[in-house]
Amino acid sequence: MTEKEETQEKEPELGMVLKITDMDPRFKHEISKIPGAEKIMLCFQCGTCTADCPIARFSDSYRPRRILRMTQLGLKEGVLSSDVIWLCAACFTCVDHCPQDVEIASVLRALRNLAVKEGYLPPVYRELASNVLQTGLAYKIPELRLRRREETGLPPLPKANLKDVNKLADATGLSKLIQARRT
Amino acid sequence: MTDLKYLLFLGCAIPYRVSAYEVSTRKVAQKLGLDLVDMPEYNCCGLPLDPVSHDLMLTLAARNLCVAERQGLNIMTLCPGCAGTLRKVNKMLKEDKKIKELVNEYLKHTGLEFSGSIEVKHLMQVLSEDVGLERIKGAVQRPLSQLKVAEHNGCHVLRPVKYAGFDDPENPTVLKRLIEATGATCLDYLDETECCGAPIIGLNEKIPLQLARDKVRHIKDAGAQAMVTVCPFCHMMFDANQSRIERMFNETFGIPVLHYPQLLGLAMGLSPDELALKELRVDASRILSNLRS
Repeated sequence: MTEKEETQEKEPELGMVLKITDMDPRFKHEISKIPGAEKIMLCFQCGTCTADCPIARFSDSYRPRRILRMTQLGLKEGVLSSDVIWLCAACFTCVDHCPQDVEIASVLRALRNLAVKEGYLPPVYRELASNVLQTGLAYKIPELRLRRREETGLPPLPKANLKDVNKLADATGLSKLIQARRT
Repeated sequence: MTDLKYLLFLGCAIPYRVSAYEVSTRKVAQKLGLDLVDMPEYNCCGLPLDPVSHDLMLTLAARNLCVAERQGLNIMTLCPGCAGTLRKVNKMLKEDKKIKELVNEYLKHTGLEFSGSIEVKHLMQVLSEDVGLERIKGAVQRPLSQLKVAEHNGCHVLRPVKYAGFDDPENPTVLKRLIEATGATCLDYLDETECCGAPIIGLNEKIPLQLARDKVRHIKDAGAQAMVTVCPFCHMMFDANQSRIERMFNETFGIPVLHYPQLLGLAMGLSPDELALKELRVDASRILSNLRS
């Protein structure tokens, strides 16, 4: 037990031993080809993103600077399988403040997109995607709500064009990425 | 004066849980002579699925833009997330030929094509840029001069600067001016420009609730009687979750959170019922009785 605790304490990212075999030197190039993430290699680890991040202020694990460094180093598996990349709230404060003009929030988005392709899709996003495929909107609006709209004098909610939405989901590959969808 | 006619893009969160924002917007729009046409066949702006597939986000947003292009009308959204996404994609497709080609290739499956003939604005932009403060002040019949409030902007209206190009995210003043136009005082507080945390609440509840707690705490300490928002998600964080935050941190706030058009509507002499003030979870009757006295 004590041994395990010690290992856990010693392991945090900053002190960890990186194995060259865990590093994929092509990963950074793969990422920098994704729109929005082009400037990943310009990150010089100043830490402005982490210092100004509202999420990092209350999280023990979310550190955008660290995620960018791990990406530069090619720790692909470690980054993509991590829950931490899903904690960015996309407030874009880091994007506005980065002295190197790295779109950090877009790098995070690019990493999430890749993680999804590798099979890491948090349940909440599976649900949002499935809602969009089934209703055109990110949330399923209960019947009661729709009826109440009319009772309160609001016009009926316009119906989405589900055929179009599903065609676009197919074309962009979303339908393959998630299982639940209406046929 | 420009023609004040827009396609109203309601998005997902407002019809789902925040209809008071829609009700009050429609009432206020009527008084200001804004002609709002319900956007037909709209779908999710795309933002919630950006983490899953960036291409799909671009394409869903572009589809909405194409629908508006067919109608020949500019879009007005109430949700900063929708405004930020549609505005950003509109700009990207207008300026980046490669992305436009990619998206148009996807859109072919639906017979649509992006051309880039319309603009997208958030309610705050329409009010400040198109209606104008003078006209808003002119519509105020009952100035809320006894009311002290604090504002919370929605991140995506202001950030990233590269795509937003509206107000100053480090020192936003537009919402303050809009609040002051109602006669109310808008107070400054410590972490005014900070995100509410709502986008990650489905993954981690603790962090957003802590963020929201700090903001409400600072707003209360600044002496505000109410908070004013322009985003359905921020509103849920501060209003619907306020009692949870109070229990979690063993504190009492009781800060009503008004949608901006509710505040404006009160100043225009509309009744609390007309503005759906009853739908607020944190009771606003105390500030209302202060206004009457």
